Amino acid sequence: MALEQVLKAADYATEVHNDWCPGCGDFGILRTVQMALAELKLDPYRVAMVSGIGCSAKTIHYIKTYGIHTLHGRVLPVAQGIKLANPNLEVIAVGGDGDGMGIGGAHFVNAGRRNLDMLYILYDNGVYGLTKGQASPTLKLGVQTKSLAHPNINEAVNPIWLALAAGATWVGRGYSYDVKHLKDLIVAGVRHQGYAFLDVLQPCPTYNDINTKEWYGGEDRADQNGGRPLPRVYKLETEGFDPVVKDPTDIEAKAKQALEKALEWGDRIPIGVFYNNEHVPDMGERIRQRIPTYFQRTPAEQRVAGPNGEPLTNVAKLFERLTVPPSA
Amino acid sequence: MSAKTPKINDLSWMIGGPQGSGVDSSANAFARACAHAGLTVFGKREYYSNIKGEHSYFTVRARPGIVRSHIDETHLLATFDAETAFRHIREVCDDGAIVYDPALGKVKVSDIPTIEHRLKGELKTYLIARGAGETLDDMLTTAKQRGVTLIPIPYNDILEQIADEFHVDALSKIARMINMLAVGASMGAVGLDFNYAVRALSDVFRGRKATVDMNAAGARKAYDLGKTLAPDFGYRLEPVPRKEPRLFLTGSQAGALGKLYGGLRVQTYYPITPASDESEFLEANEVLDLDGHSLPEAEDSAIVKEKGASVLVVQTEDEIAAITMAIGAALAGARAATATSGPGFCLMMEGIGYASINEIPVVVTLYQRAGPSTGMPTRHEQGDLRFALHAGHGDSPRILLASGDFEEMIRDGLLAFNYAERYQMPVIHMVDKALANNSGTIPVPDLSDLRIDRGRLVADGNGFTADHPYHRFELGDNPVSPRAVIGQHGTLFWNTGDEHDETGHITEDPVLRDMMMEKREAKLELAAKEIPDSVKFHYFGAKDAQTVIVSWGSTKGPILDALDTLLAEKESVGFLQLRLLNPFPAEAVMKYLAKAKRRVNIEMNFGAQLGGLIRERTGVEPTHLVVKYNGRPMSNNEVHDAIKAIIKNQAPHRTVLTHGA
Repeated sequence: MALEQVLKAADYATEVHNDWCPGCGDFGILRTVQMALAELKLDPYRVAMVSGIGCSAKTIHYIKTYGIHTLHGRVLPVAQGIKLANPNLEVIAVGGDGDGMGIGGAHFVNAGRRNLDMLYILYDNGVYGLTKGQASPTLKLGVQTKSLAHPNINEAVNPIWLALAAGATWVGRGYSYDVKHLKDLIVAGVRHQGYAFLDVLQPCPTYNDINTKEWYGGEDRADQNGGRPLPRVYKLETEGFDPVVKDPTDIEAKAKQALEKALEWGDRIPIGVFYNNEHVPDMGERIRQRIPTYFQRTPAEQRVAGPNGEPLTNVAKLFERLTVPPSA
Repeated sequence: MSAKTPKINDLSWMIGGPQGSGVDSSANAFARACAHAGLTVFGKREYYSNIKGEHSYFTVRARPGIVRSHIDETHLLATFDAETAFRHIREVCDDGAIVYDPALGKVKVSDIPTIEHRLKGELKTYLIARGAGETLDDMLTTAKQRGVTLIPIPYNDILEQIADEFHVDALSKIARMINMLAVGASMGAVGLDFNYAVRALSDVFRGRKATVDMNAAGARKAYDLGKTLAPDFGYRLEPVPRKEPRLFLTGSQAGALGKLYGGLRVQTYYPITPASDESEFLEANEVLDLDGHSLPEAEDSAIVKEKGASVLVVQTEDEIAAITMAIGAALAGARAATATSGPGFCLMMEGIGYASINEIPVVVTLYQRAGPSTGMPTRHEQGDLRFALHAGHGDSPRILLASGDFEEMIRDGLLAFNYAERYQMPVIHMVDKALANNSGTIPVPDLSDLRIDRGRLVADGNGFTADHPYHRFELGDNPVSPRAVIGQHGTLFWNTGDEHDETGHITEDPVLRDMMMEKREAKLELAAKEIPDSVKFHYFGAKDAQTVIVSWGSTKGPILDALDTLLAEKESVGFLQLRLLNPFPAEAVMKYLAKAKRRVNIEMNFGAQLGGLIRERTGVEPTHLVVKYNGRPMSNNEVHDAIKAIIKNQAPHRTVLTHGA
């Protein structure tokens, strides 16, 4: 699927007018997806970008690949349908935290169980932006962002925990203002053989006035000596964290340390790869064991009709099995 | 009980028992025995929403020639528990017979927890009115008094003999074969050669010799008893020569076969009665053969000939995922479908609207069952016509195609994909519980006229460039734009649930909105113009009939069977079966219905939904409505009698049919 000619990140951009708010964290994700597509040398015609509903979902209109902007919460089943029908395509799903953790929660869990070879990027900002700032499932209990009449009455879900519990075999978190790091995570997530889940901390400058760019950057807690901000976000890899499952006996230890790291919040927020396990066969491989020609003759590409529309599927054997012979 | 002339080859047989006791396989065996003898069989299955213990029953009607429905009467009732006898003995006609277990004679109706209180009360009243007690013996005595032949089969004694002969150490290990003993006794009573039973058992147990032998040995003993105990039984079966083979299948299998033949490549589903059987059949047959004869690909002809085709069946987390995953598969180019029933269809609304606005060809096979809500999950209804027509918000074009019998289910399986792709919109294939669970023999259908039509597709090497880009929703003279699939070179497109421009990006422009709305609706007009009358409707019976029946779906069977009788009775009756329900074949309705003196709308729902639709689309109003909503399909004689009363001007505007246990 790799391209011969070199495409730049800008070559993956459409001319559609971008109507995100100035300063939106989504810009960083959009840019890094385009950079990652270029770095991966992906043929735009072999990539499907799939999104849910909301500001995040507009991403696909700004990217020059096949782009499917679906329904609220349904990004994962549509993305999986595309991938299952044609496993040779590169499928990248994007969506907001309300989309993925709220209305699409059942799909999030079951995508993990399937472990299809694809990447899902969650735009995590704690609010429903496009409907004017209601609390999303990732907003912490008691936090009152500016549209809320009262502090949030619900506890937040932890996307990293949920992804691990559901069976995602690659789990990472990025920060939309650390573009290079985020791009590396997207590249790694695409390359991962199996279902990769990437939680992206993405400040909403309009409705989340708590978890802002400044807050993530630690500007409220400047170093007393030099006055330099002490960022809340730190990189797992800089602290020697090793997320890779070496062999199946290593799964429990690696899952435990990922869960432990995912509890950190507040003054220290880890980003990077939490968990990476390539010892679980992805769903395509599981299907291939039942349908040997699955990758050569994908459901999407199989010919079903002859030149004049003759149905090619031979049902004679099935008819035969259901036949009662003549009685005389 | 006198030796009157026996009725040969016109039998309505019933077997019942607790769920999990092999009622279905015994009915399968009896029906197959009849089919091997050259008879045509029609089977109807009734069961509770329950795994084990509740009452289920199966009726088999066997005749030569054609049979498409059941009748209310039972000629021979086969039982091996007391509940079945209590529930159904009153349905046995006076010259009928009952096979039963004499060891259960002392069981009282009040002792049976699975009989509903209302029915218990009714049975007690029935017995008291006849001065009888409330045991099974009492019930049998009242039956005998009106002429019913009693055929007591001591099942336990036979099982003990079999255990002895086959060296089985515990009776419990073979207790299950009691159902086949009931079949054996039935066959003895009707005098059908026992060899047919052996062939049927071999079919049912797929040739597992030890099982076949043991069941056959037991069935033989019961057969001999049945023959001895009912020497003058007035209903007989005799073999008839039939030179052609027959298909013996269920509607679920017919549905699956049609989809496979039609090129289905991805089917998604969430478990739901009565739709899941179709998906399970597909999954069990996921690796397919492909006819290589017309394929130009020499280099991998080995694959083509061997296992070149496959259908991927995916069980999803819910019906929302089922429809949206099928949509994804369709966008990638596969012929994709899902199958569901009412509650699941409720969850698919938004997906159907999405497929409609994005012009995505996807097929939903809707196995209707009794609603609303969970309703009666295992019982029959045609209550979703209005629902399927309007499911979703906004104006969202879709095609509705309704099958009335097994062959139509097969053909429509292919046609549904053709229309979905030709008109680039969702197709809802309307079927129902009765069709799904009925079984029977049909002539092997000739499908040679069927062709696959994938509609307007963008060819590979299409010449689209940056200066001359592809527009998925191109506005032109033809409302159907050339369709590309994800992965194709040169044809990037976008989809969104929002209104879109020609490339598929979001728009709220009022002019474009109008154009896109009109484009989508124009496809429906095109479909109305192009789909042939032979698909839109069928008309049966007398031309210019005074009384014209109009209906849709599985009522076709009982209506056609009733029509045969009515025509033989020299009545001026016709039957307009509507198959394409959207776009609505208004012209056919006007042509066949408007002039008729009596316009009888028949359907399995409370509200006469088709009747309302006919009025809405044509201004023609049915003069009579025949409806049923107790969850049990219409019978041949119910329909016949209802029409007869209407013809004699003895029926009110609305007749409610109520038969069925």
